Amino acid sequence: MNVNLIGKHEKDSRASRDALALTLNEMMAQDKSICYVDCDLMGCINTKQLMKNYPDRAFEAGIAEANGAGIAAGLAATGKKVFFHSFGTFSSRRCYDQIYMSAAYAGLTVHVLGSDAGVTAAFNGGTHMPLEDAAMYLSIPESTVLDPCDYEQLKSITQQLPGITRGVTFTRFVRKDVIQVYGEGTQFEIGKGVVLHESDKDVCTIVTSGIMVDEALKAYESLQAEGIDVRVIDMFTWKPLDEALLLKAARETGAIVTAENHNTACGLGSVVANCLAHNCPTPQEFVGVQDQFGQVGPQSFLMDEYGLRAPVIVEAVKKVIARK
Amino acid sequence: MKELNVKELQILAARIRLETLKVIHSRGFGHVGGSMDLADLMAVLYGAVMKYNPENPRWPDRDWLVLSKGHAGPVAYATFGLMGFYPLEDAYTLNHPHTHFPSHTDRKLTPGVDLTTGSLGQGVSTATGAALGNKIDGRDNHVFCVVGDGEADEGQVWEGFHFAYAHKLDNIVYFIDNNGYQLDGPTATILDHGDIARKAEAFGLYTQQVDGHDVAAIYNAIVNAYAKKGVPSCIVLNTSKGKGATFAEVSHEHSSQPSEEKWAEALAAAEKALAEAEKA
Repeated sequence: MNVNLIGKHEKDSRASRDALALTLNEMMAQDKSICYVDCDLMGCINTKQLMKNYPDRAFEAGIAEANGAGIAAGLAATGKKVFFHSFGTFSSRRCYDQIYMSAAYAGLTVHVLGSDAGVTAAFNGGTHMPLEDAAMYLSIPESTVLDPCDYEQLKSITQQLPGITRGVTFTRFVRKDVIQVYGEGTQFEIGKGVVLHESDKDVCTIVTSGIMVDEALKAYESLQAEGIDVRVIDMFTWKPLDEALLLKAARETGAIVTAENHNTACGLGSVVANCLAHNCPTPQEFVGVQDQFGQVGPQSFLMDEYGLRAPVIVEAVKKVIARK
Repeated sequence: MKELNVKELQILAARIRLETLKVIHSRGFGHVGGSMDLADLMAVLYGAVMKYNPENPRWPDRDWLVLSKGHAGPVAYATFGLMGFYPLEDAYTLNHPHTHFPSHTDRKLTPGVDLTTGSLGQGVSTATGAALGNKIDGRDNHVFCVVGDGEADEGQVWEGFHFAYAHKLDNIVYFIDNNGYQLDGPTATILDHGDIARKAEAFGLYTQQVDGHDVAAIYNAIVNAYAKKGVPSCIVLNTSKGKGATFAEVSHEHSSQPSEEKWAEALAAAEKALAEAEKA
C-alpha cells in the first residue's frame, strides 16, 4: 500500500463532496450500468451535473427517502450498480427498513451515501446530525461501512464501490471542508486499514477514521514530544474490519484507543472491542460522542463540546497505558 | 399477449385456487384470505398476458410480477408450479425449515419471484424501480405490482405511485386488491380510505376499477392499460377475501388455521369448483 501522508493539519482547497461528484461523473461515462438516485439533495453535494450529463441514469426521488431506497433496490434488481444519497440521518434512519429488506435481505447491492457525517452537520443541528448511522448499517448482515477522512480517500472509495456486489454499502462523508491527510497517489483498499505511524517502541495504538484522523495525528505529535511512542491506524473501513492489522497492533502495543465522530456505544470503538474481546483482550479507551444527541453550532465548537479533540485522545492514551 | 379465452382462464383460476389451498394445507395454516382472492388475476396474468420462461425465470425481457402484499406468496407458488417453474409438490414444503417457499415472497429462494416483499409498501417502490431499470434498457416488457388495500395504509405505496407518475413509467401496472379487509377487520373501520380508486387517479395513475373475479374484465383492463402511453396504470380489483376457501370466504380472515375436517371440506369444494369450470 503506497501512502503519501501529508498531515500538515491544513484544509484541502477542494470540497470533499467533489471527490464523490466528480469521480462519479467520470465513472458514469465509462460504465453505463451505474445509476444515481438522490432525495432532493443533489445541490448539497454537487451531483446535479450527473442528472445533466446522464438524464437517463440519474434520478430525483424527491423528499421521499423510503421510496427512493426502494427505487434504488428495484434498479439493482435489473442489473444496475446504484448509488443512493441523502443526508446521513435520512439515508439511515429514514429508510432503514427499506434498505434492510428491499436491498440487503433481498440480496441486492445498493451503495448508500450519507453526507454530513456526525458533527460535520454543524449548522443543520441535532435533527440532521448522524451519530448512529454507521451503527445501523453495521447491524445489517453482509454490509460494508466506510468513514473516509479526506478527498483522496473518498475518491478512491467511490472508485472501488461498484466492485462490491454482495451486501449493501454505506459511506458516511463530509460535504464541505476537510483537512487534507493524504496526497495524490495514495492507494487505499476497502477492508484494509492504513498505518500512519508505527515503530517497535509503540506502547499504544490509536485506531481512528474520518475527521478524527487529523486529531489523532495531532495527538501523536503531542505524545512524541512527551516521549511516548504510539501507533496510528486510519481504520476507514469499519466493516469488514481489518482484524489482522488490529490484532497485530494489539499484540505489539498492548493498549488501544479508538477515536470516532459517532456514538461510541455502537461504532468504531464497539467493532474494535468486539474483535479484541474475541481474539486478544486488550485495555481500550473510547474517544467519541458519549451516548449523546447532536446539537447545532459550528463544527469546531461541536468537536470541543463532544471531546473530539487531540488532547482528549492524549489523555485516553495515558489512561489506557496505566491500565496495562 | 394471448387472445382472451374466458373458459380456459376460469379453469386455470379454479386450478390455482385448489393448488393454493393444497400449498397452505401442507403446513396446516397460513394466509389463505389474501391468497385466494388473487387467483383470477394470476390466471389472467400467467394464462394470457405475461411473457415468462419457466426454464429461465430471470430472462431479462420477461414481464415481472411483484406481490407487494408478500403474504399472498401461496397463490404465486401454486401458479408458478402449475406453469412449470418447478414441480408443484416442491411448494408443499411451505414454511417448513429450509424451505424455498416462505410465507412472504423471496427472490433469493423461489424461481419466478422477482422481488422480495413482506414489509408492506416496499414492493411498490422496488417494482417501480424495476420498471425504471427496464425503461433505461429499452425493454418491451411490463412490471405488474399487486398491492393490498390494507397495505395502502402505508405512505410508501403513495410515494411509489407519485414517483411512477413523475417519471412517466407506462411500463408498470399496479393492481389494488380491494378486498375490504385487513388483519384487524374491515378496512373501512381500521383506517378508512374513502374512494381508493379516486385517490389513485388523483396521484396521476390511469385508473380503472373492475370485478376482480371476472377474468374477462381483468384482461380487458390490462389491454386498456397497455394502450395508455406516458402514464402508469392502476387497476382496482374489487375482490372477496378468501374467495373459494369455504372456511375463509365468509369470515374474510387474514390468516387461517382450520381443523382437518374444515380443510377436507374446503379442498373438496375447490375440487368440485374445478370440475364445474371444466364442464361449463
